[in-house]
Amino acid sequence: MPTLSPNILALLPEYILTIAGVIIMLAEPCLKPGASRKPLGWIAIFGTLLAGAASWFQLGYGTVHAFSGNIQTDAFSVFFHLLIAAVVLVTLLGSLDYFDGNATHAGEYFALALFGAVGMMLMTCSVELLMVFVGLEISSIATYIMAGFRKGQATASESSIKYFLLGSFATAFFLYGIALAFGATGSTSISAIAAGLGSTATPRLAFTALAMMLIGLGFKVSAAPFHVWTPDVYQGAPAPVVGLMSTAPKAAAFAVLLRITFSGFPTMQHRWSILIWILAALSMTVGNLGALLQRDVKRMLAYSSIAHAGYLLVAFTAFPIEAISSAAFYTAAYAAMNVGAFAVITQIGGFHETLRTLDDYRGLASHRPALAGVFAFFLLSLIGIPFTGGFFGKFYVFSAAIGSGHIWLAVIGLLNSGIACFYYLCLLAAVYSKPTAETESVASSAKITLPALAGLTIATVATLVLGILPGNTLWLAHYAGTATMIEDARHQCTAHPDNCHMQVRMEIR
Amino acid sequence: MVPIAYYLILAAILFSTGVAAFLIKRNIITIFMSIELMLNAVNLTFVAFAHMWHLVQGQIFVFFVMVVAAAEAAVGLAIIIAIFRTRQTLNVDQINLLKN
Repeated sequence: MPTLSPNILALLPEYILTIAGVIIMLAEPCLKPGASRKPLGWIAIFGTLLAGAASWFQLGYGTVHAFSGNIQTDAFSVFFHLLIAAVVLVTLLGSLDYFDGNATHAGEYFALALFGAVGMMLMTCSVELLMVFVGLEISSIATYIMAGFRKGQATASESSIKYFLLGSFATAFFLYGIALAFGATGSTSISAIAAGLGSTATPRLAFTALAMMLIGLGFKVSAAPFHVWTPDVYQGAPAPVVGLMSTAPKAAAFAVLLRITFSGFPTMQHRWSILIWILAALSMTVGNLGALLQRDVKRMLAYSSIAHAGYLLVAFTAFPIEAISSAAFYTAAYAAMNVGAFAVITQIGGFHETLRTLDDYRGLASHRPALAGVFAFFLLSLIGIPFTGGFFGKFYVFSAAIGSGHIWLAVIGLLNSGIACFYYLCLLAAVYSKPTAETESVASSAKITLPALAGLTIATVATLVLGILPGNTLWLAHYAGTATMIEDARHQCTAHPDNCHMQVRMEIR
Repeated sequence: MVPIAYYLILAAILFSTGVAAFLIKRNIITIFMSIELMLNAVNLTFVAFAHMWHLVQGQIFVFFVMVVAAAEAAVGLAIIIAIFRTRQTLNVDQINLLKN
């Protein structure tokens, strides 16, 4: 293989996306004001595909360290890179025709999506909290703007400001956590924090630091009790943007959470797993009970995403390798079905989102049967019916939790899955019921365009494949978990060479 | 010499003030200012710890926080202007269209 400088190799996907984003920003003012922005969208799609391919290419190089150990590209980061690239691809395909006939800055939208993706990818491959913070901010700032993209609408800017204020509030907590971790261990590098924990004079300060970071990331993944912004933001933001921001930034935040908890604070697992246990139980319950009361479909799916964050957090209570692999698999399954569900909502509602509530969805099946069928499939996957990605995701997470003795948490999770059936089925019943006179009149007869169809197909096939043939993804997720653990062991070895015979052998094998 | 604990306690008080103001204040600009206060409390903590550990790393972190805070302020103020244009108010209690 040709030798590539690690500094280029490790951030190859990020470079590609940045260049594509900058090209779009430069080309946008050169186009005539009224001209279609679709060519810019195709540049973005091409850039995302290339970035995904670059991540796949990185897998062959194993674990690569770059930028004085700040960046670590391994199977773990590749897994999340591919996931983020796929989500952005589906979102871009779905929103290519979204802005047609509406005076908006569609070019900037495509560039922002790419820049956001750069931030998310940077979060997953950074092992230095400073870099994680920078990545988090890049992705957040891009999504704040995208949330308010329908500028003239009052609900859109309201959604944007709520997202912005709560997001910055969370970032401040995350930063304070980093500062305290720096104070307790003398470093902001995740592996150095793990090494410093053994000799720290202030273990309590270290635990406070972790708790603060947990609060910050809890906001980002919308885990209860830090979920209050989610329903409002998801209701007001454009549907394709919600599809993006309910999956990709969350996946990145979960990746960071996995890195910080399992690689940064492994010796404190008995303490932080209690916190996560509470967060998981609360998120599942609050999310599912909240969703029961909703009439607005986007709002309902917002509560459902809180519940799914809870299911994901269940994985964190398990043993490291099982936890990382089952959490990674669940993020993939959740991303596939949720981005798909929002792609369908984009098609149903259109730019102005005239169809919003459960009543508006009545009789959808009679005038758009194919779309209704796909929507039903995604909802069944969100419930966790077999032969869908959602089923295997839940199965692995709960079996990991049971395997490590957290039976009660698994019981709470299963009970919640039962409650969740109810509101998903309510929505399904509305879709497949007889149309009323009102819904007949507002139903849009717009045809699905080819790119949107491609996006929907990708999401559907991904959900189906994860449900029928989960082997490959599971292998990559397991590889991600093992690679992370081996790397941690190697760092522990360098820090404490006296007691690491076991770990050295593990690495060689 | 001033002991390090004093700086840390001051930073903690500043941070708590920021959190309290964020929750209590009703004007969006004031809420935004309280977030800046929290970020500055973090900066103070970083500088204090950098001094304690004799590491320059903590001070560099402060620069990153300031730059990112500036970027965030640019976007935040733009969103606030968009809110004011559509609603003619900056009171959070009146920005309540998104309810079920």
